[in-house]
Amino acid sequence: MSERRLPPVTEVAMTSMALIVIGGIWIASHLPNHVPLGPAVALLVASAALVVVNVVSLLRVPDFNWRQFWLVAKWAGLAYAVTAGMLAYVFINDGTRGGELVVLMLSLVVYAIHVPLLIGFTVARYQPLATEH
Amino acid sequence: MAEVALPAAPAAEEAPPRPDFQIVPLRGLPIVSAVLIGLIAAIAANKLWPLEFFHIAAGALWTSIDLFLGLVLGPILGRMAIPGRIELTTRLMPKMLLIMPTVVTVTLASGWQLGRLMGTIDSSYVNHGWIVASYIVVGVMAVIALGLLEPANVAVLFELKKRRPDPTVIQRLMKRFIYTAGIIGAMQVATLVIMTKVATG
Repeated sequence: MSERRLPPVTEVAMTSMALIVIGGIWIASHLPNHVPLGPAVALLVASAALVVVNVVSLLRVPDFNWRQFWLVAKWAGLAYAVTAGMLAYVFINDGTRGGELVVLMLSLVVYAIHVPLLIGFTVARYQPLATEH
Repeated sequence: MAEVALPAAPAAEEAPPRPDFQIVPLRGLPIVSAVLIGLIAAIAANKLWPLEFFHIAAGALWTSIDLFLGLVLGPILGRMAIPGRIELTTRLMPKMLLIMPTVVTVTLASGWQLGRLMGTIDSSYVNHGWIVASYIVVGVMAVIALGLLEPANVAVLFELKKRRPDPTVIQRLMKRFIYTAGIIGAMQVATLVIMTKVATG
């Protein structure tokens, strides 16, 4: 198996997800009382920034199999949009409102983008253009 | 975690035959849809019994599957001959692609709603520390599952779909899948401890 040097997309994505999870735990552990949103917002911004880092890193990979990436990422995106939608539904149904809801929704958006990106990357990295069937 | 022995794989040119399969088993999608519709109805109804049913049933499946995969099936798979391993993988992994995200979503969504209904997720709850501990355990498991296990699951299926799958890639991805399933399985023991503590007050 020929191994190409690739950016640390998996590591960056896992760090991004960990930040989202920590932010979610921070909010959940305070409910239903007032939640100090500063730490959660900071974690969300950092997590979103890591999504951008991953996208930029991927755009700079030469001969990356984008066709395979999009094939996987779009369907994974649909699946994870459904799971994110379920969680969003629960939060809204429970009466979570205001800043807490905004941070939780944006966290779910980051999750629904980053996980499909990571799955698409993991598939495409083993499908070099030269050997595409 | 269980030790996994993965013997050296043959070259890509000697890739063994494998059964044809669908990466996403379309026949399972109606079942997944029915489960999710039931979950939405249970959350909308906000009644104890349906929420308990979804949370306990899905949670038990999630825990059992992780423990079984990581600690029982994983080591067996690692010791099987490569053709048998590939055949089992092509039959098992597409099903896992539907089962695990469904089971996890159902457990978490119904669990949150149940906690809201029973007041166990309120910060004033007497065992609040245990609840926060469960968030942390689930969070770590989610990061491992979403970052390592699920991408490996999908990637191994795409590799197996190739006309000439590379056994080295399959071996690498399956090793990753089995190790992460083992780690998550071990963490599920912590979930069992926390949930039984919360249930008994």
